[in-house]
Amino acid sequence: MSEQEKKAQGGEKKEPLMDIKEIEKDTLLDEVTRISFDNWRLIQICATKVGEEKYEILYTFGKGYQWKNLRIHLSKGESVSSITSIYEVAYLYENEIHDLYGIGIDMLNYDFGGKLFRTGVQYPFA
Amino acid sequence: MAVNNNAKKISVVPFGPQHPVLPEPIHLDLVLKDEKVVYALPSIGFVHRGLEKLVEKRDYEQFVLIAERTCGICSFGHGMGYVEAIEKIMNLDIPPRAKFLRTMWAELARMHNHLMWLGLQADAFGFESLFMECWRLREKVLDMLELTTGGRVIFSVNKVGGLRKDVTPEMLEQILKTLDGLEKECRVVTDTFLGDPDVLSRMKGVGVLTPGRAEELGCCGPFLRASGVKRDCRQLGYEAYGELKFEPIVSYDGDCYARCLVRIEELYQSMDLVRQCIAKMPGGDIAVKVTGNPNGEYMVRIEQPRGEALYYVKANGTRYLTRYRNRTPTYANIPGLIETIKGAELADVAMMILTIDPCISCTER
Repeated sequence: MSEQEKKAQGGEKKEPLMDIKEIEKDTLLDEVTRISFDNWRLIQICATKVGEEKYEILYTFGKGYQWKNLRIHLSKGESVSSITSIYEVAYLYENEIHDLYGIGIDMLNYDFGGKLFRTGVQYPFA
Repeated sequence: MAVNNNAKKISVVPFGPQHPVLPEPIHLDLVLKDEKVVYALPSIGFVHRGLEKLVEKRDYEQFVLIAERTCGICSFGHGMGYVEAIEKIMNLDIPPRAKFLRTMWAELARMHNHLMWLGLQADAFGFESLFMECWRLREKVLDMLELTTGGRVIFSVNKVGGLRKDVTPEMLEQILKTLDGLEKECRVVTDTFLGDPDVLSRMKGVGVLTPGRAEELGCCGPFLRASGVKRDCRQLGYEAYGELKFEPIVSYDGDCYARCLVRIEELYQSMDLVRQCIAKMPGGDIAVKVTGNPNGEYMVRIEQPRGEALYYVKANGTRYLTRYRNRTPTYANIPGLIETIKGAELADVAMMILTIDPCISCTER
């Protein structure tokens, strides 16, 4: 790759700035349970569309000023387990992910049935 | 025939989205037993705008202007949080003067927010004169912002790599002069509010949230600190905060009065931080040259007037980002609000909602 091409792509590919643990979807509840037992609080959950049929979900936890992140990868049509049984406040984030991306969330404690955000377009971020 | 009276006393009262004390639409289904709330179910999303989706249509430099239009009160912080994330990804070290100016404006925005909130809180009590007095004082803060940025609500001074506008020494002198007068006037208003017997009787011991529950429910900002948790993201030292002396304002009662107390003390703390910024204001440039496009991801945490806000940016090496995510403080405080409302009298619900200083336009970004 030429210098010009590197510059156009934001320079050299750097080391990751964020500390993110990539995990398998099936191990999510185990990982989150361990984090919860260690007294971390849930800060946020965020979905991102990373390809035509690919999504990732980022879970952020905090303890004091420290934080850590978990990430899972999903394909279109796949659903993910809710973590509301471990962190009850996750319901807002998970309903948001469902309403904006159409990602199915299983075993959600407070399921707004797609009505948390009253969007004109169904799944506008999908 | 015996009648089960208890069953008859349960009722569901819709609260909002239109309500005299709510400046913005939020809806709560309040499950009441007599006049006591036994449960509340929140409902948001009436004005969701999908601003985050616009990263696909506006490049990363243009998007600063979209990010700060998330809200009309904490607009400066939203712009700052976004550009900080981009600057981190692009490994840009912005000049110290830009850092101090950003910090100064962030604190002026906090003063503007807290005075506006105090006015709304007074209005919820029916203290019209106090409401008008607070908003009159807020105008002086807006005048300072207008003097230095040219805008009263949306400032548009942030850009990736620094700032678009500089300030003159005369402007800083004018801010110091205004702050001296403002502090004296604020003391009269806040002492009146905090010492008023009606305020004490309505707020003391009402809507208590314990530190443990506040942490579990992911609360943040003055709402969290009023429950005795000493956490303020400004302590992380972003922008120029690392060079300023301050401690998080904490109260330990966890009730509505404690939340007011924390915000009022933060108002004076912000005045002090603005003075510190001006005293230490370095000279030099206000921006660095930016070349190339961001490639990578980063999440920034800053302390907005209403609490911890998160800005996640995922870039792909082109001018258009893959994802911009803003987790606003009110969004995190909704579960805590629901918790405090449980067990409250119906008449106190409106006032209790205001003590978390909800911002629905942030929530409906």
